Amino acid sequence: MPATSSRLRRPRRAVVGIIAALSTAALLSACSQGASSAGGGSGDSYTPAAKNTSANLTYAVWDQTQVAAIDANLKGFNAEYPNIKVTVSVIPWGDYWTKLQTEASSNSMPDLFWMNGPNFQLYASNGKIAPITGEVKAGAIDPKNYSSSLDDLYNYKGVQYGVPKDFDTIGMWVNKALFQEAGVALPSANWTWADFQSDALQISQKLKSKGIYGITAGMDGQTTYYPTIFQAGGYVISPDGKKSGYDTPETEAGLQFWTDLIKNGSSPNMKQLTETAGDQWFVSGKSAMFQGGSWARTEIGSSPIAKDVQVYPLPTGKVAANVIHGVSNVVAAGSKNLAAARALQVYLASRTAQQQQGDMGAVIPAFTGTQTAFANSMPGVNLQVFLDEVQIAKPFPVSKNTAAWNTLETNLLPDAFDGTKSVSAVGSDLATQMNAALAKEQ
Amino acid sequence: MTAIRSGAKATHRKYDGAWPWLFVLPLLIGVVGFYVWPIIQTAYYSFTTWGVFGGSTWTGGANYAALFADPQLYRSLLNTVIYTAIVLLGVPLSVWLASLLNTPGLRFVQFYRLLFFLPYVAMPVAISLVWRMIFNGDFGLLNWVLKLVGIHGPYWLTTEWFALIAVSIVGLWSSLGFSMILLGAGLKNIPPDLYEAAELDGASRPRQFFSITVPLLTPSIFFVLIITIISSFQLFDLLYAMLGAHNAVMPKTMSLVFYFYQSGFINNDKGFASAVAIFIFALIGVITLVQFRLQRRWVHND
Repeated sequence: MPATSSRLRRPRRAVVGIIAALSTAALLSACSQGASSAGGGSGDSYTPAAKNTSANLTYAVWDQTQVAAIDANLKGFNAEYPNIKVTVSVIPWGDYWTKLQTEASSNSMPDLFWMNGPNFQLYASNGKIAPITGEVKAGAIDPKNYSSSLDDLYNYKGVQYGVPKDFDTIGMWVNKALFQEAGVALPSANWTWADFQSDALQISQKLKSKGIYGITAGMDGQTTYYPTIFQAGGYVISPDGKKSGYDTPETEAGLQFWTDLIKNGSSPNMKQLTETAGDQWFVSGKSAMFQGGSWARTEIGSSPIAKDVQVYPLPTGKVAANVIHGVSNVVAAGSKNLAAARALQVYLASRTAQQQQGDMGAVIPAFTGTQTAFANSMPGVNLQVFLDEVQIAKPFPVSKNTAAWNTLETNLLPDAFDGTKSVSAVGSDLATQMNAALAKEQ
Repeated sequence: MTAIRSGAKATHRKYDGAWPWLFVLPLLIGVVGFYVWPIIQTAYYSFTTWGVFGGSTWTGGANYAALFADPQLYRSLLNTVIYTAIVLLGVPLSVWLASLLNTPGLRFVQFYRLLFFLPYVAMPVAISLVWRMIFNGDFGLLNWVLKLVGIHGPYWLTTEWFALIAVSIVGLWSSLGFSMILLGAGLKNIPPDLYEAAELDGASRPRQFFSITVPLLTPSIFFVLIITIISSFQLFDLLYAMLGAHNAVMPKTMSLVFYFYQSGFINNDKGFASAVAIFIFALIGVITLVQFRLQRRWVHND
């Protein structure tokens, strides 16, 4: 025993030391990429790349399910530009922004990549992505072909950096069978908050013994409280991006909407909705209505309740309103193949490419008039609602560092929804903290 | 420390020239380039405000002032300490289990060992998803079982303290396998003749366990303790996957590393996050040092 023990002692000590050092260092190194300056933007002019341009491009996306449609697009692109080789790099959502930020710090971003609303201003204001001013001037991309709310999302200080490639709006997914079971008449297409509230409450009361609720939602901004804030006439962030709207009575009314639903039992409470998400209640036949995005189509369409489902427009509050968001293709300002990357960006925004995206059913394409394939993908369900709502949809609220106040929303609002604190107390607290976060952006 | 010093005295040899350095150079380059240098950089950046895409400005101790003024730091620290304390309960448990598995003549030993080790090699995220279902307040297995015995279970993953306990239970459970492997190796080093002698002297099984197994296993136990504390202080993925990013109870449950992650990668405040990282680094360093100081009192080395 003594022999082994003393022989082991020293190496063990070293091992412990190394493990301690390594494990901590691995953690530290995650946040220590070197600093570097921003790359130059592209100019105001755009001349289409020569057909024989040869380049290797990287195109970064986060959704594996869209790769088939992208590959089809790329085939069309290569018919025009046979010598531009495009590698599609799929980075899972959980790593996408962390990786992109790291790459942006060292100017090694993919040539073309997906951008979303919450992150857009961060990259635009730091000169990491190239404007499309030239493309628009030359007529290669026409923003009029897309929803203006979405164009606005990718406009920073009057400069356009991209156009949407797809969009999502929010609708009310309704389980007709549960309405029937509860003996409640199906809603009309122009229903109001009051109609909705009474339907939800009645169903919850009548089907309580079966553990079925009238309404569930994701309890996040985009699908749940942004639409109702807009419907109540409120706002999340002022148009100049400097002030929070959470301390205004209108915005608080939009939050109160959900607090009331939880309070009277129309909806499960916050704990229940956190442990079992709103869409899971709905596809399991445990809630009669689900306020959710157009992207829920795949999940709901393949669930056991698919045959009982129909989509209704969101009920009207003080005004009729919805929220729209869409992903955009943007070009890295520091790309070594700028001309080729811009050519690909232009191609992907074209009607041909967008029609192909729509026909392959991956998403709702953004180019106006290419969406019929989506609307017809679930006959009888009335997916057309999601397209009609574009007319009344407001842009997804963002600022330069959206994520910072999104965290505040996630952390503070549940107290208001659950009635732990009053909506106005939480609202003014959130507004104060959010204003502080916004002040840091300037 | 004394051991090393006296060892050095005994084997005092002349300088070997550059050759030894040449041989360790490949390793040294990696360690310095990818570990030591980043730590130094992090230490530097903790005194700066760091733009999202780089470009830092020196702000002195401002980050540290803000850090120590933030109540979230102390809550995260408390949570981390509680988590570590609960996971450490797994150490005596794994000593006991490892010695059970070491029982001579036990059948299917490899099979048991595999069962215990499986959680350690499985993806933390996959494990978390399974446990999420078990802990689910409305439809979970655990509350269903509790209901059978007449207890109305809480919403484990969304109630303050219960969420931390739930995560700790899973942390404890998944650390058992690795500890047992390490302790099992230590057990193999205990000469069987000691047990034979003890048996002849009429010592009972429990007596043998406490008088032979535990004392001779202390070096392994010490090692397991160090490893467990370091890894517990780095609680992140389990917490993140089990509670989810949009959980209202997260601020009351988050660990130090989650606090670091939130500062750096959600709020994009990387200078501040560097300060958090340095704080964690110093804390683990101090704890480990203290443990090495204390080990002389209880670790049976000879």
